[in-house]
Amino acid sequence: MAKTKVLERKPLSLAERTYLPQIASGLKTTLGNMLKPNVTLQYPEERPVIPENYRGVPTLVRDPEGREKCVSCQLCEFVCPPKAIRITPGEISEGSDTEHVEKAPEEFEINMLRCIYCGLCQEVCPEEAIFLQDIFSVSGYSREEMINKKDKLYELGGTLPDRHRKWDKKKAAEINGPAHH
Amino acid sequence: MDWIPNFLLPFFYAVTMIVAVMTIAGYSVLAERKVSGWIQHRVGPNRTALPIVGSIPIIGPFLTKLGIFQPLADGLKFLFKEDIMPGHVRKGYYFAAPIIALVPALTTMVVLPFGQYVDADGVTQPLVLANVDIGILFILAVSSLGVYGIVLAGWSANSKYPFLGGIRSSAQMVSYELAMGLSILPVFMWAAAPGADYGLSLYGVVRSQDGLWLGIWQPISAMIFLIAVFAESNRLPFDMAESETDLVGGFHTEYGSFKFGLFFVAEYAHIVIGSAVFVLLFMGGWNFLPFVASPWPDGVIGAVLSVLWFLFKIFAMIFFFIWVRWTLPRFRYDQVMRLGWNILLPLAVGNLIFNALLIAIHDRL
Amino acid sequence: MSADAKAETITINVDGVDREVPKGANLIDAIEQLGEEIPHYCYHPKLSVVGNCRMCLVELGMPMRDRATGEPVLDDDGVQKIGWMPKPGIACSTTVAPGMHIKTKSQVVKDCRNGVMEFLLLNHPLDCPICDQAGECRLQEFATDYGRGYSRYTEAKNVKPKRTRIGPRIMLDDERCILCSRCIRFSKEIANDDVLGFIDRGSYSTLTTYPGKQLENNYSLNTVDICPVGALTSTDFRFKMRVWFLKAVPSICTESSVGANTEVWSREGKIYRITPRRNDAVNDTWMTDSGRALYKQVEADNRLRAYQVDGKASSFDAAIAAAIAQMKQGKTAVVASARASLEEQFLLSQMVEATAAVRVDMVSHYGDGDHLLLSEDRTPNLRGALLTGLINDLPDARLDGLGKAIDAGEVDTLFVVHEDLAAAGLTDAQIAKVKVIYAGIEENSSSANAKVSFPLLTVFEKEGSFVNQNFRVQKFHNAIPAPRGVVYDLHLLETLRAHMVGESPTRPTVPAVWELMAQKITCLHGLDFRGLGDLGVGVDAGRFASLPFVESKNLKHDPEKRSKLGVEAGATA
Repeated sequence: MAKTKVLERKPLSLAERTYLPQIASGLKTTLGNMLKPNVTLQYPEERPVIPENYRGVPTLVRDPEGREKCVSCQLCEFVCPPKAIRITPGEISEGSDTEHVEKAPEEFEINMLRCIYCGLCQEVCPEEAIFLQDIFSVSGYSREEMINKKDKLYELGGTLPDRHRKWDKKKAAEINGPAHH
Repeated sequence: MDWIPNFLLPFFYAVTMIVAVMTIAGYSVLAERKVSGWIQHRVGPNRTALPIVGSIPIIGPFLTKLGIFQPLADGLKFLFKEDIMPGHVRKGYYFAAPIIALVPALTTMVVLPFGQYVDADGVTQPLVLANVDIGILFILAVSSLGVYGIVLAGWSANSKYPFLGGIRSSAQMVSYELAMGLSILPVFMWAAAPGADYGLSLYGVVRSQDGLWLGIWQPISAMIFLIAVFAESNRLPFDMAESETDLVGGFHTEYGSFKFGLFFVAEYAHIVIGSAVFVLLFMGGWNFLPFVASPWPDGVIGAVLSVLWFLFKIFAMIFFFIWVRWTLPRFRYDQVMRLGWNILLPLAVGNLIFNALLIAIHDRL
Repeated sequence: MSADAKAETITINVDGVDREVPKGANLIDAIEQLGEEIPHYCYHPKLSVVGNCRMCLVELGMPMRDRATGEPVLDDDGVQKIGWMPKPGIACSTTVAPGMHIKTKSQVVKDCRNGVMEFLLLNHPLDCPICDQAGECRLQEFATDYGRGYSRYTEAKNVKPKRTRIGPRIMLDDERCILCSRCIRFSKEIANDDVLGFIDRGSYSTLTTYPGKQLENNYSLNTVDICPVGALTSTDFRFKMRVWFLKAVPSICTESSVGANTEVWSREGKIYRITPRRNDAVNDTWMTDSGRALYKQVEADNRLRAYQVDGKASSFDAAIAAAIAQMKQGKTAVVASARASLEEQFLLSQMVEATAAVRVDMVSHYGDGDHLLLSEDRTPNLRGALLTGLINDLPDARLDGLGKAIDAGEVDTLFVVHEDLAAAGLTDAQIAKVKVIYAGIEENSSSANAKVSFPLLTVFEKEGSFVNQNFRVQKFHNAIPAPRGVVYDLHLLETLRAHMVGESPTRPTVPAVWELMAQKITCLHGLDFRGLGDLGVGVDAGRFASLPFVESKNLKHDPEKRSKLGVEAGATA
């Protein structure tokens, strides 16, 4: 049998039995709280500080030259746990400036009714084209409105600096030919 | 042409009084929300703005931030909401209940004095609609009628939660009515000594407190009365009739829109009246401070000052009501009954006997 | 390999464990049969061995024997010593020999693979995000297994042409090419169209076509399949969908009576491509380009999509009622189809019985064969119609007999499956004389004149089986859902039959129909649908073996020993 220790409950004193001191101390606590400054943020006017690594609405970004970075590899569509992403891959027509990239999304949809803001799409993207940025407030009047199309995604995403410039280097190499000629 | 002072003037006074009490009740709701907000580190209503008043520089935003216009919006909302009546209610009683709840609350204010006026002849007159000798009896009698509204609402809604709420409410009212009545007897025993010319008039009670407030030398009476007022007005920690955690909304579960609004106003009117009565009985009414002679000058200015001081005390009491609500949790129902019957009633009886003996001894000396 | 080689096995020692492998087998194939894999790029079981990728290097050794005496050399424990070759050798050009020892997991082997991978990846572009091969790329797979994960190569990568059209259906990306030469060998050895070759040397080596030539034969897309990387891509499938989304369902090519085994790759009810599935008794690992395009009939413009009565869309029940009312008037003739599956032909023959049809005709569809994987008979299931007893002799290209019967007033109602009556030689007057009930995939002259039209399903939307040129029964599976509201062909035929005899119709499943067929058709005795397996079962042609079928000699078909081959293939499967 398990060893048990019985703790005797101390009998209440007379003052305690009237409860009046307890009520008084409760009133003191609430009054004290009332006099402290409140912590409410007046939301639409005041905005919270969004931390650097915040995971907001997923967006598509362009590189500093304005080229859409997404090449529609569909890895995000694959990895997306709630299947919120839907990509129609497309080919970049010959003669375009970014012809050497070959592939770009024809349509890119993120269903914000499904998105769970997990950030896996950003993590998996080999082209650093999709980012969960600081937008956290999404609303719409219909289901269709809640599906972010390609235009909207680029509008939300804007331009981010590019550290690698992989495709620029590629184009330069194509123009200059093999390095060790 | 004496129908003007005989009929029109009292009517005008009555309307003014109703408007004043209703306004105070409305702003009590606002105070409730603001104070609860502050106590919980929130801000409370601070968005509602009137079109023109709200855009006055500095004052407009300040008033908006205080939520001054919120009761207007709330009132309009209650007025214009769709009036839904469930199909299973007992119609006549269902409609009558909110009125029955509100009317006694407003009726009691007829006998409430709210200031004094010293006229040119140096005669002090009370500011009251009807200075009846049995003022306190009238208040006790009429205000306890308010429970019929609640019971009727609970019963006529014809569904289980309102029914339970109504039952609880009536039992609670009966229990605390006794202690309340007994608790103020000593006050009048002292205030209305044989030969004194005050009787049971509230004005008389206030007059008797121009030196010592009754709350100070009859603290047990004051405390019992205060607790009973809490119970009678169905305020937390005694809001067994509503008890939204276990009874959904209690007696007004099936009520909505304007009819609910009436219940709502009635509850706050109860608080206002209860605060006023408590201030009159135990906090010296419009008397300035204990042992300090009222500095009100004669004439209209003095009357206004006395009324303002009286109102200030009422507001303090209302604040106390709100403060307690956001401090104490709700009692269990058996605790409510035990407190009423086992503690407050014997205490009030003991207090009565003690004071009776004291008066007997005092008279012998 | 032949059936004999499979029966005879020898013992080799793989990584210290003695294993049984077929005698005379290639080492890579032998190891694969053991359920393991030696990584390789240039080796392909159906092509000649060149050994130029060096990925399949393994350590090889034979038990030592004294050169002078031929006596086994024993070590101190009395066990025969193994003479390991001083350097690793390539598995693809090694034939298994009794007692052979190989090491596939030793440090030396791993180092070899690491080295080969590093060299292959030196100039390989970082194209995976835009490369169609990603997901089924051998280079990707072996890079994860043996790659070092980062590059030591600081110089600029080689630049080569990235978008060369080397044929109407093929796009070449030279940067991705690892010079395995599979495509060159395929064109030369299998397709007999020697158009590909390498030019330049060293890291400038480039795949190209001979001047003035293109890779345009009807087998060109097989080079895309066998390309281990994404150098050769199909223009039809290019950038359409990533392969990891696609679901592959085993199916049968309906282009001709060869019955090439295929895989149908679809996502969410849309087919993206068809690739060949290895079946050494039918098509090895190849198929025609034209057969790969057949999935387009699913979304073709002239697809019949709704039940129609008198040219107006109607419900299934109304169409059935109209058809039954028409057929009950008697004098019904049936035009069956060699495009229907075996099960449908069987149910059709049941329906013919129930209807007491006056005659059953069939139309042949013949064309030129290429003596490889496109036979002269352009229907997948002519032999099925024979087996199920719908017809007893080979059909003609024209319905002249039926035409005469119509002229003679012997036929009032014509139940047509798939066939186009006008194209099959009936005149407008003849068609106008009868009431046509048409069931088919597409709209044609039959449906235009039909009193009742029933949409049928494509091979991708149902399951069933075909009997190919060698009397091999092969099954196909449901890859995508049927168009909305269209019932399975079997359900339609069973409903018609049941109504004709006054029974209440059931919803027949393919296995259930097979149970019936196995009882009624002699050569199918003992078979069931599941038992067909993925590779099919050859059945006895019986009395039909002597019919003058049109197929000439092709990859796996020899008219001279037709019946023998069929039986033999059945035995091996």
